[in-house]
Amino acid sequence: MKLSGWGRYPVLDARTYRPRSVDALRDLVLSEPHLVARGNGRAYGDSAINTSATIETQHFNRMIAFDPDTGQLVAEAGVLLGDIIAAFLPRGWFPRVTPGTKFVTIGGAIAADVHGKNHHKDGSFRACVDWIDIMGADGEIRRCSREEDATLFDHTLGGMGLTGIILRAAIRLRPVETAWIRQTTIAAPNLQSAMAAFEAAQDATYSVAWIDCLGAGGNLGRSLVMLGEHAECSDLPSVQACASFNIKSKRKLSIPLDFPAFTLNGLIVRVFNSLYYWAGARKKGEQLVDWDSYFYPLDAILGWNRIYGRKGFAQFQCALPLQQAEAGLTALLTETSKAGAGSFLAVLKRFGKQNSAFSFPMEGYTLALDFPVNAKSLALLERLDKITVDHGGRFYLAKDSRMTAATLRASDPRVDGFKAQRKSQGLATLFQSAQSERLDL
Amino acid sequence: MTKPLVLILGARSDIGKAVAHKFASLGYAVQLAARNASTLDPDKADIELRYAVPVTLHEFDALATETHEAFVMGLPKLPMVAVCAVGLMGQQAVNERDIAAAVRVMRSNYEGPASIMAVLANSFEERGNGTLVGVSSVAGERGRATNYVYGSAKAGFTAFLSGLRNRLSKRGVHVVTVLPGFVATQMTEGMDLPAKLTADPREVADTIARAVERKKDVIYARPVWRMIMLFIRNIPESIFKRMKI
Repeated sequence: MKLSGWGRYPVLDARTYRPRSVDALRDLVLSEPHLVARGNGRAYGDSAINTSATIETQHFNRMIAFDPDTGQLVAEAGVLLGDIIAAFLPRGWFPRVTPGTKFVTIGGAIAADVHGKNHHKDGSFRACVDWIDIMGADGEIRRCSREEDATLFDHTLGGMGLTGIILRAAIRLRPVETAWIRQTTIAAPNLQSAMAAFEAAQDATYSVAWIDCLGAGGNLGRSLVMLGEHAECSDLPSVQACASFNIKSKRKLSIPLDFPAFTLNGLIVRVFNSLYYWAGARKKGEQLVDWDSYFYPLDAILGWNRIYGRKGFAQFQCALPLQQAEAGLTALLTETSKAGAGSFLAVLKRFGKQNSAFSFPMEGYTLALDFPVNAKSLALLERLDKITVDHGGRFYLAKDSRMTAATLRASDPRVDGFKAQRKSQGLATLFQSAQSERLDL
Repeated sequence: MTKPLVLILGARSDIGKAVAHKFASLGYAVQLAARNASTLDPDKADIELRYAVPVTLHEFDALATETHEAFVMGLPKLPMVAVCAVGLMGQQAVNERDIAAAVRVMRSNYEGPASIMAVLANSFEERGNGTLVGVSSVAGERGRATNYVYGSAKAGFTAFLSGLRNRLSKRGVHVVTVLPGFVATQMTEGMDLPAKLTADPREVADTIARAVERKKDVIYARPVWRMIMLFIRNIPESIFKRMKI
């Protein structure tokens, strides 16, 4: 079966299995030479593909228990964040950490140790995970947490599914009073003012910026910084709105076909970016936004990955340490703008502190860009890799589809330790993905 | 306000599960019936957590027809909607040679489902309301070399549901016949099915819930199947017998 990640590049021919029970899963673990688990396929590249055996976890999708006193939810790994929101937001609970799509599984969120707009304050997904049940190469299920088998816990968060098959987890939800977010938009004419806005907003619960990656000269790094807080009942205009968490599900757009490759050329993106910036700059101040539009604007366009055409697209996401962030971001944006390569979705975000064995975030700034796959952008990505490494940065494996093993090692001194840990625990041979082979993990 | 109640027969099947989730999401309390019902405990917990509705488990063997009256009498409450998703495809090649296997397929798709529907129909008729939903198959619309054992039993079930609907239409009881077409389930796993014609179990569940609400009679998961079956039913037998479909 042809498999790819959300970026639709690369496309690989892979054998897939969909076990329906722990016993069926164990049989696969004990009989297949190499395999990797796959959740909802939202990693952009080849993280969740193994050509000889990709184990789809869609049948492990049951919720097991919820404790309203602590907000702890126990669920199987294939449960989507969207399922959790559908079930628990009406009762006043929301995921503590969520990435920009609700179509990720709990297993995937753990494997990539995803982050959200509150990373600067609350940390990565790890922060909401109490424990994980994981099946090892011997078919045994181990429960790991900060106290119990902490090494396995540390390496599983951010371990890209390479430490075993995540079966179940206990995660904490946050109590919320309403389904609304108070959003404040700050128009930042350049990178320095965008970064200043982030630094001034360290106390905001959520912060993220849309950045115009084609802005050059004085416009370099022109951004809309968006801050958010969970609205309380008293913030809402009517008592009625508070009593009900139900927000009518909006009509979903869907992209019915692959756009031709030239659709998102530099000119169109340039025009879009200008219009978007000025539209955003005009609605300065505070607005009430529903949770779905605030956290998951792109989920409203089903299959948005098709706008990049049949060849797919590649994401670039790096994190830069605080000290070198401004210089690094300036170099990255200058290079992108010079290449005139239109990145439609460009996101800048301040990261807070992060303590973990192999997770992506580090205190500083993260920049995410995406490009249609073609020779020109692949060459640009190589240059962006180099700038990142030169500024002490590292890369998000959940987005990667084309980096080399050498680049990864140059960027991240933790790689060899992670690999050694996998070897010593007998996990390195069985648990492999196309990405782990490419990156020699 | 008491919640309406739905009974799912064959609750371990993918379509049965999807229908249980759908009705629970609409606020129905759920009765799950299957063999070894206690193994459905995780599904019970899942549905209760997701939709905050009560779920009960009931031991039910479609082939033990002599137990069906006692099964219905033994339900804590007679449901408003009963969905029968019991079925067994088997393998045609086996069914052709192994008569015991063929009889099992016939009984699982016709005798068992018709028996339990008959018992429920009488209870619903006595009460004067309710909806019966039978999941049959497009395979029952015309016998084909590739699965006529399964198809013939489904044809029997479809005819049974049609007769039941005719009998009960003036007695306040509605009967829905579901001919899903291809569905991506455990039954069809590994088959090479055309994507455009293949529904997800959740699509089937949505269609069933809509049909119950709007009192539809015969439904397909995807509308295109109505056209396909119209065409297939009308091919002259002299031509059909030579076709490979």
